Amino acid sequence: MAAHLKKRVYEEFTKVVQQQHEDLSAKKLRLTKPSKSAALHVDLCKATSPADALQYLLQFARKPVEVESVEGVVRILLEHYYKENDASVRLKIASLLGLLSKTAGFSPDCIMDDAINTLQNEKSHQVLAQLLDTLLVIGTKLTENPSVRMRLVEVACKHLTDSSHGVRNKCLQLIGCLGPVEKGVAKEVESQSAKDVQKIIGDHFNDQDPRVRTAAIKAMLQLHERGLKLQQTIYCQACKLLADDYEQVRSAAVQLIWVLSQLYPESIVPIPSSNEEIRLVDDAFGKICHMVSDGSWVVRVQAAKLLGSMQQVSSHFLEQTLDKKLMSDLRRKRTAHERAKELYSSGEFSSGRKWGDDAPKEEIDTGAVNLIESGACGAFVHGLEDEMYEVRIAAVEALCMLAQSSPSFAEKCLDFLVDMFNDEIEEVRLQSIHTMRKISNNITLREDQLDTVLAVLEDSSRDIREALHELLCCTNVSTKEGIHLALVELLKNLTKYPTDRESIWKCLKFLGSRHPTLVLPLVPELLSTHPFFDTPEPDMDDPAYIAVLVLIFNAAKSCPTMPALFSDHTFRHYAYLRDSLSHLVPPLRLPGRKLVSSPVSPSITPNEDPSQQFLHQSLERVYNLQHLDPQGVQELLEFTIRDLQRLGELQSELAGMADFTATYLQCQLLLIKALQEKLWNVAAPLYLKQNALASAAAKQILEETYKMEFMYSGVESRQVVIIHHMRLQAKALQLIVTARTTRGAEPLFGMCEKFLQEVDSFQRCFISELPHMQGSFVDKLLDLMPRLVTSKPSEVVKILQTTLRQSTFLHLPLPEQLHRATATIIEPTGESDNPLRFTSGLVVALDVDATLEHVQDPQGTVKVQVLYPDGQAQLIHPKPADFRNPGPGRHRLITQVYLSHTAWTEPCQIEVRLLLAYNSNRSKASAKIPKSTWSDSMEALPQSENGIEGTIPFSKPVKVYIMPKPARR
Amino acid sequence: MPEIKVTPLGAGQDVGRSCILVSIAGKNVMLDCGMHMGYNDDRRFPDFSYITQNGRLTDFLDCVIISHFHLDHCGALPYFSEMVGYDGPIYMTHPTKAICPILLEDYRKITVDKKGETNFFTSQMIKDCMKKVVAVHLHQTVQVDEELEIKAYYAGHVLGAAMFQIKVGCESVVYTGDYNMTPDRHLGAAWIDKCRPDLLISESTYATTIRDSKRCRERDFLKKVHETVERGGKVLIPVFALGRAQELCILLETFWERMNLKAPIYFSTGLTEKANHYYKLFITWTNQKIRKTFVQRNMFEFKHIKAFDRAFADNPGPMVVFATPGMLHAGQSLQIFRKWAGNEKNMVIMPGYCVQGTVGHKILSGQRKLEMEGRQILEVKMQVEYMSFSAHADAKGIMQLIRQAEPQNVLLVHGEAKKMEFLKQKIEQEFHVNCYMPANGETTTIFTNPSIPVDISLGLLKRETAIGLLPDVKKPKLMHGTLIMKDNSFRLVSPEQALKELGLAEHQLRFTCRVHIQDPRKEHETVLRVYNHLKAVLKDYSVQHLPDGSITVESILIQATAHSEDQGTKVLLVSWTYQDEELGSYLTSLLKKGLPQSTS
Repeated sequence: MAAHLKKRVYEEFTKVVQQQHEDLSAKKLRLTKPSKSAALHVDLCKATSPADALQYLLQFARKPVEVESVEGVVRILLEHYYKENDASVRLKIASLLGLLSKTAGFSPDCIMDDAINTLQNEKSHQVLAQLLDTLLVIGTKLTENPSVRMRLVEVACKHLTDSSHGVRNKCLQLIGCLGPVEKGVAKEVESQSAKDVQKIIGDHFNDQDPRVRTAAIKAMLQLHERGLKLQQTIYCQACKLLADDYEQVRSAAVQLIWVLSQLYPESIVPIPSSNEEIRLVDDAFGKICHMVSDGSWVVRVQAAKLLGSMQQVSSHFLEQTLDKKLMSDLRRKRTAHERAKELYSSGEFSSGRKWGDDAPKEEIDTGAVNLIESGACGAFVHGLEDEMYEVRIAAVEALCMLAQSSPSFAEKCLDFLVDMFNDEIEEVRLQSIHTMRKISNNITLREDQLDTVLAVLEDSSRDIREALHELLCCTNVSTKEGIHLALVELLKNLTKYPTDRESIWKCLKFLGSRHPTLVLPLVPELLSTHPFFDTPEPDMDDPAYIAVLVLIFNAAKSCPTMPALFSDHTFRHYAYLRDSLSHLVPPLRLPGRKLVSSPVSPSITPNEDPSQQFLHQSLERVYNLQHLDPQGVQELLEFTIRDLQRLGELQSELAGMADFTATYLQCQLLLIKALQEKLWNVAAPLYLKQNALASAAAKQILEETYKMEFMYSGVESRQVVIIHHMRLQAKALQLIVTARTTRGAEPLFGMCEKFLQEVDSFQRCFISELPHMQGSFVDKLLDLMPRLVTSKPSEVVKILQTTLRQSTFLHLPLPEQLHRATATIIEPTGESDNPLRFTSGLVVALDVDATLEHVQDPQGTVKVQVLYPDGQAQLIHPKPADFRNPGPGRHRLITQVYLSHTAWTEPCQIEVRLLLAYNSNRSKASAKIPKSTWSDSMEALPQSENGIEGTIPFSKPVKVYIMPKPARR
Repeated sequence: MPEIKVTPLGAGQDVGRSCILVSIAGKNVMLDCGMHMGYNDDRRFPDFSYITQNGRLTDFLDCVIISHFHLDHCGALPYFSEMVGYDGPIYMTHPTKAICPILLEDYRKITVDKKGETNFFTSQMIKDCMKKVVAVHLHQTVQVDEELEIKAYYAGHVLGAAMFQIKVGCESVVYTGDYNMTPDRHLGAAWIDKCRPDLLISESTYATTIRDSKRCRERDFLKKVHETVERGGKVLIPVFALGRAQELCILLETFWERMNLKAPIYFSTGLTEKANHYYKLFITWTNQKIRKTFVQRNMFEFKHIKAFDRAFADNPGPMVVFATPGMLHAGQSLQIFRKWAGNEKNMVIMPGYCVQGTVGHKILSGQRKLEMEGRQILEVKMQVEYMSFSAHADAKGIMQLIRQAEPQNVLLVHGEAKKMEFLKQKIEQEFHVNCYMPANGETTTIFTNPSIPVDISLGLLKRETAIGLLPDVKKPKLMHGTLIMKDNSFRLVSPEQALKELGLAEHQLRFTCRVHIQDPRKEHETVLRVYNHLKAVLKDYSVQHLPDGSITVESILIQATAHSEDQGTKVLLVSWTYQDEELGSYLTSLLKKGLPQSTS
């Protein structure tokens, strides 16, 4: 057999392949490279010592193997495997077998028998384990074949009695991954094996080796993941494993118990040492709670995390987790939380604490106190107090999830969450603030709680403060004192950290609109109006005053009696703020004033939105009118573009869509203008003007297409094709223009070649989309391709010109969601008249704060550009850590830009703006081309050479006044 | 039966003067050597004459272990080692070794210089005593001698506090010292692995208390301080130099940092400064946060907390001052208190318990007019707050530690008898282990059932395990081998090897038995019948008919001869070695039943 194999290998060695290309013009002869397997065979035969052979194998493993020769290589390896005496070499071969069977496109069923055969005579445990691993790889590739799986499972069962833990480990893994899952199939096939996989695995729950125990539990979990319904009987076994000596076993057991509790939440289990019974999910909850005080923090994290997802647990148990049953000297004691609540409800507030205030009250019956087996008792209290912050974070997350599903629990856990605001690790504080925000629908803050929450507003970390503002945006406050307190604290925050201005205003906007009735009685005080006396008019530019007004105006929106309390200047200020801060100040129905903006009725669902209809109608119109005379088309396009742009301004949710289509139509318009027949027929000396126009148009189209491709999120491949097609047209236009202006065919030749290459790559990238492009430029071009390849440049240009003019205008299908990436620079504001002074040659740091919307992967693409008055431009790449992600689709860039320049005589303005970097290689189209790791790397895609990198400015530039002073000596 | 004896010389049903004698497998260990705060006479030190009336203590003790630097755990050490006389090793952790002499020196100064006592240990004695100390690392197993080994575990409580495992052979005792199961701002929580000691000696200060979450207290404390400072008031926090003081410093320091506060915080100089220095050094002993951030900044290098000067007390504006001592009975804290007491904007926060009779106790119990020395009446207008920051495990914490360590027996010390009683009952009820609480001088004896390790040769193990099924955890397994007991060690080896090692020749022991069978036929026919019969019955064994007319079943030989007198009776000679006793006796009983009446 070996001889036969060798022959096959050598056949491969000299195989000549004729590749038939679709284009008949280029017929090429290609030689495949010498086969890998042959080389390997030679190498291995040369190897004199095991170390040598190992070296060869290691080298071999570094290089990929093509799909066709995998089988041959495997045979060679197996042959050597049988001959080899050294276990380490056999081990390497076994691992290589696994690696090879992973090769994409290779079906390993042909080598399975051999792999199983090798198991039989193997003595070394390590090699055995590795071989089983290989079988696992093979099995996972052939999951559809039940008989193969059965066979492998049988093999695994046979080796379960091995004395090495590694082998047993792998066997269990194999059973877990391949064991029969479906009941029906299992019945038929099982008849001969007559084994219940669950039972086999379950038997290994008390294996002597902890690693095998862990593997057994993991295998069980794997079976569950694959859809097998685990039996309830293993619950007891799993419970016993919770007391295991090894942390990885306990950790896995916690998971298993959790799985079972989700499968059989309602079944009844007895409580040991008593004749009571409880629901399984409650019992499991108690057990997992118990693990929150485990000795190993890994288990604690695991347990705390899983608690969050046990929503079926009864509320009685749930609430126990927050109750530690305090006592002191055997007498029941109330927690500080209870005391605070009582203090609050009795109307007394902030009394000075006396010693013994927390003196314990009633006596406790010593028999009834249960110190440890109280199940869920105080689990979260422990979790939140844990020494590892990982556990605390997990506990906070779990609290969040449980509170979201149970309002009563949310109410109870509030005190604990508020306490977490004082954690020593910022991450934990932040997490607990976020959690609180998520459950804020279910809760109303008491005044004393609000007090604690607001105390955190002074935190020096910006993230914490902003998270807190977000939290305040959606909290319910119960009293008017609460609102007042919040306002006072927010104003304090404003004076301490003026940069928080925007965020505070926004926060007050929501606070006002949520609690109009609570704000109403506060209005006279806040505006400091007096029934008899006129009070001085406050300063309109004072951020604190604006903050107060934002609160009041938003409350007034749903409280029509409020404007009666305003004084004259308040109305004036309203008008001013409505204009300058329209996003914060809502339209108000004021006496003697018409409501300016049109009422937005929220009842209209987006489907029947007239503006959306309008968008589609206008697009329909354009697409239908492609056969009109050019003049008419041009005008229609111009109108439509104008309409769309206006629509985008009015309807923010349609802005992306409208802008996108407008840009596309703009490109089309430019193309039509540039191709106007009149101009092209003029005599050569008059080319000049028309050349300038056409080349400018081509350039602009190119730019716009890049914008379309990279600035919008939600662009699908259908759009990408159209965009690329447009770009191709622009390139064709460029080619024509250059052809007409340059003399001599030499430079043209290269350009033509390049263009044709591009057409070729276009065809390859979008082969699947081509049928949709009937009658388009590229369609026609591809028909003419054979002619183009052979003809001279001048002819090519001529063909291109006619095709361009004759080609139809492609319909741009719109995706579901389309958003344009935007960026707003919040800081620097560009208002300052005080120049930033620094010594020339040294650097000054400029804080840049910007919000980015709908930017994908901002870390990689967003850059900051600084333009100096002398035209010098500087591009800064912000650090990945400078980007925060406050919400879906939103990013925040907070970074420092270092400026430097030589000395100036006068202060001058520099421009700062944000750029979106793109690289056409990174385009969505090329990502679709499958890249297989084992494929031959020699055939690199020709994409890389025409990859164009560039940037799109996507924020308004901000001017900063700076003054580099000459250094004093 | 082996036993462990425990005798508390101090801290038995009492707090203070911790000193516990343990004798385990012939080794005597003394755990802690503390003094009692409550006494000024001989009772303040443990009664070392219990150990021996005359003669050096060194002869009776194998080692001394100090769990942490509090004086009620190490205060009597120089007296014990230098004045009574002990030259053996003293074990403690590195931070304890560093801080302990400072405290001892301070204690000595107060007793000798202030109270004027004589016959007390001197500075030199402290130094000499410290020379006998061997410092250990966490989780480092230290061999005291060939058999006795000790190992330290983290205990929280104060910097360098440790729990010790003392192990001789298979018997072990864990002594917890003082420990804390909830982490605080500067230290982590106590942790021990599942070491399953024969005895766990645990402190039980808070045996009947389950404490509230620490966070509430911290938040309250910070809020109080913050409010007072914002009002422009001054805050006085009387503390003892070590332990809680550092925790509160960290708490305030981080709060100041977070909230960007500017009011100054002062710390009274002296002892504390020295101690802070050590806190900076022993970062590995602190909690997760401090350990993780010390590369950027050591948390004990306070940015906002500065050294206090007497003159600062009169400065206008808000400030926070930590001053010693903690109960306001004397010293700097009392001086400052007198200056500030008159202003209602100010505040004093007592972070711990105050003994009756001290100013601290008086103001906490609500007294507003204090009589100072010289008939002076001081009116207290400032706010008085009490915050308890304690670093002992509460009842739940003690139970948690027991659950972690899984001991066979528990012994409670360092607590009040009445409270211990409750905890003892709980422990017995929930863990089903024996719990003891001896009084001072009372000896508790615990019988242990140590497992005896035996070395087995790998070949034998492999051979024996290969025979049966896979080893099952639950079932004991029978093994054949020879146990050799030689030089205090046990070895299980195969018989051949044992013979070889002992230089003995192998003797074979054979049993032979004659069975009479009535069979008139010829000998070889009888043999054939026997052979067929055995072959039919013993299917799993190899039964062979040898050419010389004998039958072998495995290694058992059967020969048949005709009876010399009665030809009708055949004598079957069955012979087996003692290893095959089981099969041999079965065979004879089988043959005795006679052969079945053959059908042929």
